[in-house]
Amino acid sequence: MIADTGDCGRERAGDGSVLDVTTLTAYRCRQLLEDGEVSATELTRAYLHRIEAVDEAVQAYLLVDGAGALGAAAAVDAKPRAERLPWEGVPIGLKDIFCVKGMETTCASRILKGYVPPYDATIIAKLRAAGLIFLGKLNMDEFAMGSSTENSAFKTTRNPWDLDRVPGGSSGGSAACVAAAEAPWALGTDTGGSIRQPASLCGVVGLKPTYGVVSRYGLVAFASSLDQIGPITRDVKDAAALLDIIAGRDPRDSTSIGLSDPIGVPSRGDLEGLRFGVIKEFVGGACDPGVRDVFDSGVDAISMLGGVCEEVSLPSVERGIAAYYLIAPSEASSNLARFDGVRYGHRAAHSEDLLEMYTRTRSEGFGVEVKRRIMIGTYALSAGYYDAYYAQAQRTRTLIIQDFERAFSRFDFLVSPTSPTVAFKIGERTADPLAMYLSDLCTIPVNLAALPGISIPAGFSAGLPVGLQMIGPHFSERGLLNAAHAVEQKLEVDVVPPLVEVAG
Amino acid sequence: MSTKPTKGGTGMQRDGWEAVIGLEIHVQLNTRTKMFCGCEVTFGEPPNTHVCPICLGHPGVLPVTNEKAIEYATRIALAFDCRIADHTIFHRKNYFYPDLPKAYQISQYDLPLGIGGHLDVELEDGSNLRVGITRVHLEEDAGKLIHTGGTSGRIDGADYSLVDFNRGGTPLVEIVSEPEISTPDQARAFLTQLRSLVQQLGVSDVNMEEGSLRCDANVSVRRPGEPFGTKTELKNMNSFRFLHRGLEAEIERQIDALESGERIVQETVHFDPGTGLVSTLRSKEEAHDYRYFPEPDLTPIELDDTYVERVRSGLPELPAARKERLMAEYGLPSKDAALLAANKPLGDYFEAVAAATGDPRISANWVMGDLSAYLNVAGLEVSECAVSAESLAELLGLVRDGTLSGKMAKEVFETMTATGKSARTIVDEKGLGQISDAGELDAIVARIVAANPGPAEEFRQGRDRVLGFFVGQVMKETRGQANPQVVNDLLRAHLA
Repeated sequence: MIADTGDCGRERAGDGSVLDVTTLTAYRCRQLLEDGEVSATELTRAYLHRIEAVDEAVQAYLLVDGAGALGAAAAVDAKPRAERLPWEGVPIGLKDIFCVKGMETTCASRILKGYVPPYDATIIAKLRAAGLIFLGKLNMDEFAMGSSTENSAFKTTRNPWDLDRVPGGSSGGSAACVAAAEAPWALGTDTGGSIRQPASLCGVVGLKPTYGVVSRYGLVAFASSLDQIGPITRDVKDAAALLDIIAGRDPRDSTSIGLSDPIGVPSRGDLEGLRFGVIKEFVGGACDPGVRDVFDSGVDAISMLGGVCEEVSLPSVERGIAAYYLIAPSEASSNLARFDGVRYGHRAAHSEDLLEMYTRTRSEGFGVEVKRRIMIGTYALSAGYYDAYYAQAQRTRTLIIQDFERAFSRFDFLVSPTSPTVAFKIGERTADPLAMYLSDLCTIPVNLAALPGISIPAGFSAGLPVGLQMIGPHFSERGLLNAAHAVEQKLEVDVVPPLVEVAG
Repeated sequence: MSTKPTKGGTGMQRDGWEAVIGLEIHVQLNTRTKMFCGCEVTFGEPPNTHVCPICLGHPGVLPVTNEKAIEYATRIALAFDCRIADHTIFHRKNYFYPDLPKAYQISQYDLPLGIGGHLDVELEDGSNLRVGITRVHLEEDAGKLIHTGGTSGRIDGADYSLVDFNRGGTPLVEIVSEPEISTPDQARAFLTQLRSLVQQLGVSDVNMEEGSLRCDANVSVRRPGEPFGTKTELKNMNSFRFLHRGLEAEIERQIDALESGERIVQETVHFDPGTGLVSTLRSKEEAHDYRYFPEPDLTPIELDDTYVERVRSGLPELPAARKERLMAEYGLPSKDAALLAANKPLGDYFEAVAAATGDPRISANWVMGDLSAYLNVAGLEVSECAVSAESLAELLGLVRDGTLSGKMAKEVFETMTATGKSARTIVDEKGLGQISDAGELDAIVARIVAANPGPAEEFRQGRDRVLGFFVGQVMKETRGQANPQVVNDLLRAHLA
């Protein structure tokens, strides 16, 4: 089932043969369209073909909207090339957590099965305005709660590098889809690592922007004070481009701020004059030796590029998981209360009274992990426990923010492994929620501090991708992406998984 | 052994019990759009026609605060002399109910917009009651449930229930009073005063029947000097009358319970306007722990001094200030001034009449006498009155210049209210002009004196009362149109 694809870069089009999309970045797609090498329809058809060929194995998509995508592509092709916008006709995959008008949006939950939003999320409106083609909706952990995509109510997505392993989560469908070239790029969401961790495990680039850079309007909320939307791409250049498309202050999201200037194309080739802090707490005991080795080589690359690397301690981050697993469930318990069977989504049949309808609807509609977090959050916010749990967690959050502030007074960027381990086996951690929660050890504090963080492929451990996390100060995306670009160019990691078409 | 509850005054209930009442008032703001979305605020529209994904609580939507609502709430808080918080935030109040689409209400908790104000209430006996305002905060309204089938009119036992979300998300200001009210009369006076105040701010329709003004009460009873008793929360009083009756019923119920050795349970009780009784239809879902926490979708609101001063300077003259001014400017007695200050349209009407006539005293007598009596009987607001301030001023002018006697003016006023015609027109049409011309009256007086030598002689011998007989004769002759003062003077001259 798995074999080396060998020569990559076979791109044929225009002559009716199928375009090989295995190595295409979004920039390359754009270029092919601009040069008239392919039509938007051909490009879209090529991705749909790829999905048909490999998704039975990868299981990244929950919904493939072939007709909608081809319709949108035909509309692009009908436009004179000179009148098209730069990204018009480039396909994209979407985590199934964004409301797309007229397209079923489930958050991989039975409770939203069949729910078709009556409106577009702000980022969806922006993508539409930019002319991107929506291939479909990607699998995820139910309501973004999980680190393996095993919490989906509908399917388990597999890691394209080893189909017996998880792609990470919660944006596992998005990361697997990009790694398996089932879309040139995708959007995910990151509440405690849900973009960066799966990007790390699937060998792709994942960026979580500063809280407030991207509007959350139309993103089905998990933990409102932590959620951010971000790109999952094959390289840093694409991540910058996609962020430029979706970023911006939105009057519909009071917490959105946007970026003062577009990122543009990252082009930095060195790291001269930049100081990098290596977070001591993230490279210690919890980190696999194989991951540590790859991470060390990443730090070496930074040094070779002229960056100055030094260890830095952020003592409070070790309490990040504890704080996160109170704050996020607390917000989730409230955010998910609206799924009550009254107005939309699943409703249990034949209930005798209101309470029974609520209870049965939610018992049937939510999965185990979602229920666990709703219960934790409900408990943490309850009268008599609020101060000991929720309020205490918020104080811890403040300490973590202060630790980062101190670190950024000395360093331009901080680095760590993205995930303490490589992709683990499907089923390996499902029985042990705490082990699963530790997957996000290095990413969670970044959300708590509302900082931007990026994971880029840094190498392999036992044939599985290892990601390097780079963290910047608030709204430092431009610098962060340029620095990441420099490291990416230096590391030259081959990000094409050994996955061949298994169908057709 | 029970006595009637006393009105106002000491606040003593029967048998030496004392009630302690705090009110919780909800005022729907008349902003153009809802609290957190762009839907129009409406009343009486077809169900679910003013809704959107945001006020329906669809997945992924976010609230955006209506700045006008902040301004209106600030107005209300300032009108109660509250301190405006320079840093205020919204909280989520979590509970499940079908009329609450997000299953949480965006409300305020420990950092409300306004705190520590008061309202001065003029009681019936003319005394002033100052009631503390604990807090003024902003929140969003829920939708409306219509239950079909069942007997209780509640969701339990209904065959099915329909939800109308038009009202959902309407801005609400909650005003909480200190427990400083001790009788149903005081509560009604407080609410009347509050309603008038909010009405003058122009921020709400404050209509209890339509639900834009709602009042719940926290009620307990105790022996004077003892600590507070256990309180109940009394709901469902959707008129001033029901507020009064509900409080009376609940106070009676509590006293009865305590006197027969029972304990009061802290719970929500509902007033049934049909039976006039309160019931404790408590269901287990009502045992709420609202799990308040700061609303993460909204940023804190910082209202700086500049903002507060700008809102303050935009406030209309408030009743307390107007009362002082009416007393100083027009020399009105305190009670009259308070009455006119509390009712803005009536106060405006009075000031217009006073300005046109230049006689505040007569103007006040008429506005608070005949005009108010007429409005009461007809059940009209002053804005709906057929007699405008200018018309009334014209009528009073005719009294002043002697054209009409006071008695005739009252008749003309009645005709004015019925026909909408001006005083002058009515006087002309009916030939009602008072005869003040001494020349014209002189001949009549002379004739009558000459025709009645006997009584004339009596008068001359000192029987002053006989003058009344002559006045009567002159009035009879002139069909009541003679100016009594002129007639008096002429008679005395002829009888001298």
